[in-house]
Amino acid sequence: MNPNFLDFEQPIAELEAKIEELRHASNGQAFNIDEEVRRLREKLKVKTAEIFRNLNSWQTTQLSRHPARPYTLDYISVMCEEFHELAGDRAYADDGAIVGGLGRIGGRPVMIIGHQKARDTKGKIKRNFGMPRPEGYRKALRLMKMAERFGLPLLTFIDTMGAYPGIGAEERGQSEAIARNLLEMADLKTPIVCTVIGEGGSGGALAIGVGDRTLMLQYSTYSVITPEGCASILWKSGEKTKDAAEALGMTAPRLLELGLIDKVVREPLGGAHRNPQSMAVRLKAVLLNQLDELAAMPLADLLERRYQRLRGYGAYQE
Amino acid sequence: MNWLQKIMSPRARTQNTSAGKGKVPEGVWEKCGGCGTVLYRPELERNLMVCPKCGHHHYIGARARLLSLFDEGSTQELWASLEPTDPLKFRDSKKYRDRIVAAQKSTGEKDALLAMGGKLKGRPLMAVAFEFAYMGGSMGSVVGEKFTRAAEKALADRSALVCFSATGGARMQEALFSLMQMAKTSAALARLRDAGVPYISVLTNPTTGGVSASLAMLGDINIGEPKALIGFAGPRVIEQTVRETLPEGFQRSEFLLEHGAIDMIVDRREMRDKLADLFGLLTKAPRAA
Repeated sequence: MNPNFLDFEQPIAELEAKIEELRHASNGQAFNIDEEVRRLREKLKVKTAEIFRNLNSWQTTQLSRHPARPYTLDYISVMCEEFHELAGDRAYADDGAIVGGLGRIGGRPVMIIGHQKARDTKGKIKRNFGMPRPEGYRKALRLMKMAERFGLPLLTFIDTMGAYPGIGAEERGQSEAIARNLLEMADLKTPIVCTVIGEGGSGGALAIGVGDRTLMLQYSTYSVITPEGCASILWKSGEKTKDAAEALGMTAPRLLELGLIDKVVREPLGGAHRNPQSMAVRLKAVLLNQLDELAAMPLADLLERRYQRLRGYGAYQE
Repeated sequence: MNWLQKIMSPRARTQNTSAGKGKVPEGVWEKCGGCGTVLYRPELERNLMVCPKCGHHHYIGARARLLSLFDEGSTQELWASLEPTDPLKFRDSKKYRDRIVAAQKSTGEKDALLAMGGKLKGRPLMAVAFEFAYMGGSMGSVVGEKFTRAAEKALADRSALVCFSATGGARMQEALFSLMQMAKTSAALARLRDAGVPYISVLTNPTTGGVSASLAMLGDINIGEPKALIGFAGPRVIEQTVRETLPEGFQRSEFLLEHGAIDMIVDRREMRDKLADLFGLLTKAPRAA
C-alpha cells in the first residue's frame, strides 16, 4: 500500500504505478507502448472520477487532511508575484502554525494570513501540526490591523485541526486571543475573503475566518468539532467517527446548501493534491474576482453587509 | 449537585449516584461541595447558593441569578419564545429533537440563555445568563440570536450589558451553525465597543470552549466567580494532548487572574454592588446607593 494514497485512493495508486512501470520499461526500446499507456491513462481518469463521484463525509475529511494536500505557502508561491513573510506577535513569540505577510496577487497588493502545516517531522514540529497558540492569533491580528491601516484587502487561508489545547496556550489566553480576532475581523475596515483550503477546525479556524466571503475548496471541511471528537463525546465511541462526520454536515456542498458558506471552489480531478498548480491557478482567479466585487463597494456598505451576513447565521423559531 | 458532578460525563455521574455515596434527600438538604457541611437548601438559596460556612459557590440557575441581580420588580424577560430547531436533523446516540424536549422539560426553559431588561440600582441594565442545566449551557442558534438581540437592544437603549456565562461551549448538535454564533455574537459586541456602551462579562463555573473563545472573554471588564473553571480546551482534552498531569488550580479563576486574563474575582454575594459601581463609573454616573 502506497502511504501517499488514502485507502480509497489505492486503485488510483495502482494504475499510476502501472503506467510508470510501462514508461520505464519502454525507455530506449523500439516497440511502441504509447497505445497501452493511453489506454491506462483513460482508465485512470475514469476510475478516479468514479471514486470521487461518491465520496462520503468521512472520505472527504480524510482528503481535507491528505498528506500531499497543498498548504498555505504552496498556494502563495503559485499565486503571488511577490510575498514577504512577516513574523511575530511583538509580545511573546512567532508561531509557525500561522504564516502571514504582504503579497502581490494579480498585480494587487494584499495581506495574506493562513494556517501552515508541514509534511516532514521537523516541519511538523515547527508548525505544531498546524495548531496555533495564542501568539499565532495575535500575530494574525497584528497583520490584520496593518492591512486595515494601509487599506490592503485581507485574504485568509484556513487549514487547521483546531487551536492547540496545551498548558502554555491556556496560560497565555487562548480563548481571549481567538475571541479578540472574531471581534476585530467583524469590524475590520478592509475587505476580507476567507478560504477553507483543508481542515476548518472549530474556533481555531474561525479565528482567521470572519469576513465578507467564505469560500471552501471542494474537498475541504468546516466543522465545530472533529468527527473523532464528536464521536467520542456524543457516542462515547471512537468507532462512530464516520457517523459523526455525516451528522456534522461538514463538507463544502452541504454547507453551501445550508447557507453557511458562499462558494465552493472546484478541485482538479482526484483532488487538489493531484494537481496543486492548477488548483492554485483556479483559486487565484476566483479570489481576484471576489476582490474586484468587494473593492467596488463603499466601505460603509461593506461593513454593514458583513454585519448582516454574520447576524443572519442561525436557525431558530419563535 | 455540586460543580464537579455537573461537569462529569452523565455516565460517570450515574455510576456515582448508584453507588449512593454521600446522598442526601433531594430538595431540602444540600451537601456543600467545598466543606461537606449539610446545608438547609432554602437558606442556601437565600445566600445565592454560596455556602455560609466556607464561601463555596454552588451552581445557581440562570433565572435565580438574574432575578437576584435586578432591583425587585423591575425586570422584564425578553425574547422568551425563541426556540431551537433542528436544521441538520442531527442524531447521535439520541435525536437532538429528543434532547431538546428533555432539556426543556427538566429546566422549564426554552433554551440555554435567558435575557432580561430591568433596573440595577435605578439605572437601566440589560442582562443575559446561561442556564448550564440546559444541555450544558451550550451555545446554539437560539443562544447566539438572543445574545445578539440583547447586545443590539443595549446599543439602541444605551444601557449597559452584563453576561453571566456557565457553559461547556458550542452545541455540537447544531454543528457549524453553532460555531458561527461565535462570530455573530462577537460582531454584535464590536458594535457595542464602537459606540462606547459598556459590557461586563462574568465568567462562572464552568465557562469553556466556544463561548469562552468569543463573547465571554470580550468584556470591557471580565469578572470571574471564585474557583470557576475557565478555559478554551477542557482539562481532559489538554491532559490527553500533553500527556502530563495538570498543575493544581489550573484554569480556575485565581489562575486566570494571575495570568492576566480576567480583571478581578468577585464573590457572588457582592456581585450586584460591584456591577452597579463599575457601570456607574464607566457611564460617568454618580455612585448609586
